[in-house]
Parts: sequence; C-alpha cells; structure tokens
Amino acid sequence: MRLRTLVWREIFERKNQLATSFLAIVLGITAIVAIKNVTFYSEKAVAKELDALGANILILPKSASVQDYYSSDMQGDEFPEEYVNRLATSGLQGLDNLSPKLSVPVDMGGKRFTLTGILPKNEFAAKAAWQGAGVFARPEGCGIVVAVPGKAATPAKETLVRNRVIDTLGDSDALVGADVAASLKLKQDDTLQVMGKSFTVSAVLPQTGTIDDSRIFAHLHTVQALAGKSSVLNAIEIVGCCQEISKGLVQKINTLLPEAKVVTVTQVVDTQIKTNRMMARLSMVFLVIIVLVGGASIANYMYANVFERRREIGTLMAMGAGSKLVLRMFLLKALLLGVAGGLVGYLLGTVVAVVLGPRIAGVPVLPMPILALWALGIATAISLLASYFPARRAARLDPCAALQEV
Amino acid sequence: MLRMESVSKTYSRRRKEVCALDNVTLNIARGEFVAIVGPSGSGKSTFLLMLGGMLSPASGRVLVDGVSLYDLDTEERAALRRKSIGFVFQTFNLIPYLTASENVQVPLMLAGVDGNEKTERAAELLGRLGLGDRLDHKPSELSVGQQQRVALARVQANNPPVILADEPTGNLDPETGRAVLAFLEEVNREGRTIVMVTHDMRAAEKAKRIIRLVEGRVHSDEARGAQALLA
Repeated sequence: MRLRTLVWREIFERKNQLATSFLAIVLGITAIVAIKNVTFYSEKAVAKELDALGANILILPKSASVQDYYSSDMQGDEFPEEYVNRLATSGLQGLDNLSPKLSVPVDMGGKRFTLTGILPKNEFAAKAAWQGAGVFARPEGCGIVVAVPGKAATPAKETLVRNRVIDTLGDSDALVGADVAASLKLKQDDTLQVMGKSFTVSAVLPQTGTIDDSRIFAHLHTVQALAGKSSVLNAIEIVGCCQEISKGLVQKINTLLPEAKVVTVTQVVDTQIKTNRMMARLSMVFLVIIVLVGGASIANYMYANVFERRREIGTLMAMGAGSKLVLRMFLLKALLLGVAGGLVGYLLGTVVAVVLGPRIAGVPVLPMPILALWALGIATAISLLASYFPARRAARLDPCAALQEV
Repeated sequence: MLRMESVSKTYSRRRKEVCALDNVTLNIARGEFVAIVGPSGSGKSTFLLMLGGMLSPASGRVLVDGVSLYDLDTEERAALRRKSIGFVFQTFNLIPYLTASENVQVPLMLAGVDGNEKTERAAELLGRLGLGDRLDHKPSELSVGQQQRVALARVQANNPPVILADEPTGNLDPETGRAVLAFLEEVNREGRTIVMVTHDMRAAEKAKRIIRLVEGRVHSDEARGAQALLA
C-alpha cells in the first residue's frame, strides 16, 4: 500500500462525483486539440496553395502601378540590381526564392512579346555571402517546392512556373511561354532570334493563363546587354513566407529599400491571416473557457471532497500524517485527474479533428502526437492550480475532526 | 511518560466561552492503564486530543517523555504521533475504500515501511485478531465487531508505546466490547500505556487508575474504586 494506492482507490470509490470535473476538462481539451489540429493542417494547405500561386511579394520602382500583378514589371521604370544584394544579405526571415527581372518588349513575327531577363539560382549560390544569408533555406511550412510526378525530366520549367525561379540558365538559353511557342511554332531545342541574338529554346512553358504565356525568359545579364542597359531591374519577385508577411515582412523590406515599392498579393495573404487569426482567437476562447469552467469545476469538486473527507483526513493526521503528506495526497489526485483528462481529451480531439477536419476546413487532417504533450501540460496545470487551495485547506484541517465529540 | 502542566483550554460556542479544561496538572507513568471518566462536556475528549498532540492548550504544557508537545512544529508533532501514539476511535474511523489489510498498512505507510513488510505485518496482526480470512474485505463488508478488530490491528501496526482510546466500547455489543477491553488489557500487560476515555462503567473497571473530570477539572484521581466513582 502506497500513497498512490490510497489516492487511486479514493478516486474509484467516488468516481461519480468526479465525473463532472473530468468531463469538463476532457471536453475543453478535446475542443482545443481539435481546433489546433485542424488549424495546423489548414495553414499547411493554404501555404501550399500560396506557393503554387508563385511570388507573393513584388518589389517595383516607386512609380509603378500594380493594377495587373503579372504585368507590373513592364512599365519601363527601373531600379538598381544592387537591391537584390541588399535583400539577400539582409538576414530578413521569410524571404524565399528571390527572382530579379528586367523586361523589355520585343516584336517577333508581327506580334509583340516580352523578353524577360531572370537570374538563375546557381548564380546566387555562387556568392558565398548570399548563401550565408540563407536565401534558399525554406523554413518549415513556409511554402513548398511542389514535386510534380512524371515531370522530373523538365524541372526547370516547372520551378519557373510554380516558384518563379530557375536553377540554371545559360547565356544563350531561353524558355518560352505557351503563346510565344504557339505563335512562333517553337518547340524544345529550336533556335530563336531575339534582338539579333540567337537563343536555344531549352523548354516550352505550360499554359498559365497569364501574361507569362507571352514571355520569353532569358538570362538577366544577357537581356540587360541586349537592351543596352546597365545593372538594372524592373522588378524583384519573392515567395515570402506567409507567416512572416503577417509579422510585417513587407514593412521590413520597405525599410530596407525605401526607394522601391513593395506590394503583396494582399487578398490571398489577408485571407490566410484572417483565417489564422480567427483560429487563434477560437483557440484562446476555448482555453479561457476550459480554464474557467474546468478550473472552477475541479476546485468546486475538490472543496466538496475535502469537506466530505475531513474525518478521514483527521484520522490520517491522528495516525501521524503531516500537512505536507495531506497536501501531496490531494495534489496527486489532481495530477491523475489532469493526466487522464489531458490524454482522453487529446484522443477525442484528434478523432474529432481527423473525422470532421476534412468536412469543416476541406483539408485532410492527420493526428499530431506533439499535441498530446500540449494537452497533458494544459490539463495538469489547470487541475493542479484549481486543486491547490482545496488541498491546502485539507492540509490545514483541524485533526480533531477525527473525533466526533469536539 | 505523559505529563500535563497547568493545562487550560476554552472554546467559543455561540459567543459563549466554554471551559473544556481548567488548570489540569497530572502525570501518567509508562505502562499505566488510565480511564478518564466524567459526564458529557466534562473535557474528556479535549484531554485525550491534547495528549495526542492534536489540540493545543490555551495555556500550560503537555509533555511526552519530557518533550513539550506543543513547542514542536506540526510536522514534528505528526512524526511523534507516528512513532509513539496510537488512536482507537469510538467509530473505528476505518478508511472506507481500503481493504482491512490496507487499513492496517496505513500507519506503516506513514512510517515509511517497505511494501512487502507492510503486507506481511498487516496479515499477521489481522490473523492474530481472527480476521485472517477477511484481509481483502472493505469495512462495509465487515460486521461492527470485525471493523473494531481491524481498528485494533491498525493501532498495533507501529507498536506505539502509548494508546489513546476514545470510547472504544461505545458502539459495540457487550461481547465485542469485552473482547476490545481484553485486547487493551493485553497490550497494557505488554508494557504499553493506555489512556481510555469512557462512559462505560465496566470498561473503566478494567483500568488501573481512574481520573474523573468534572467541568474541566480533575475531580478525583484514584487507583481502582471505579464503581464508587461512576455511581
């Protein structure tokens, strides 16, 4: 027989009285776990969607308008290529897939297309300082490089379309948009004459439904030379981390590049931010409810339990139990209640999230074992805090209660 | 062994001061069997609680083996109770959700005795009291007499040199009452000091010394002669 045997037996002896408090804590934890679980996968899904949309931050010359997001780099104004260097070496968290661009109009086959110079990733990587700044290290949940099954042979065009960057690009290589290819009857490995220079078509990009279909992508420095321009750009596209955008990434870039205009795909980001905030608030509401309702219910139960057991406590004290042991006895009971409530709440919350998540948020939801620790922590903390004062009362009880006459 | 020095205690009941003990001084030597008798409200239970270190006096000192009980802090007093004092309650005060064996193990658990030793000691004590086949029964599954025997086994668990009994025969039929008194006589013969509060004349007759309390004062303190005192 140990102290925990005594506590355990007492719990089962009076389990009906304990049921309400247990239920309160289980329901609270269930709700929080379910919300947190669904929110996590919902955020992941939205991050994936945002990533598929491509760049979500655009750096433009101050005078540029952004009425058409996809053609906003074709308004003639320019800024120095050195901005890329500033961004890459800034150490700002949340910047991902920087894509500097210079676009110039070109007439070919009686039609006007856009020759867009882009800087391949390998040229960033070559610069040790930029590498050190972690430009290409994508934080967890901060956009995903989407693997396209069966398209491993053409990764360049996929990454260009989806992530707005390309790993390598030769001086005489060109990637052509779907409309350009159709108009000029181009296919991979064909030769293309642009502004007097001969390019090899390294890939034909899939249809996107945007102005990108009318673009010819070539190396930035080649385009700068053909256009007779120095090291200047029309735009820098960035896949910014959604969470970081919500934490004020745009303002930080604005501070870093005061001469430029920084815009985001605000609608998409705002929706995500609003969803995240709503979920966070909902979590907080449930947390407050569980603290108040669960805590009050446990405290109430514990006070009643102490009152009911005052004779038993008095007897234990008469037999030599000290105040500390009585305090420990009630806190151990609270701990068991919290652990059981946390575990059952976690299991129920996970089932609710996995079953209802796809219906509510439209995303597949998987169990998150880390939430078990979280649920246990919250439930035991609430249970212990709510039980402390009743336990202290028990520890200070007059042992004379053991004898009826007094 | 037990000593009270000018001990007084007053309670406040409905805004009235009630004197439970009034300047009581007495000694109880090791191995004595003392019965405390007196009418209801005479301070018998207060006297017992004070000797047990559970109720502090308003004035005066209570000493156990020369140690002033109420100059110790509560944890030290609890430790002294664990080691030196056993209680027998009128209503047994068994813990309802524990078995007979577990009830007997409670004082051993409080004293920090190891697991197996606790179980064996409980079985031995209950066996000696004829409850060897009731080890796993809860109090509600035992008769009143059996419950009292479990309580007696429990009081012996830690071999306390002092046993304080509050109306130990009050709730029992005559036969069980006699068995309880026989038990107290037996443990007294083993050298333990017994202090028993009782209304029961036959029970008091078993004691070697009878102290009669009236209105919180020692009215008489005599060896034997209980019949005359209780009449």
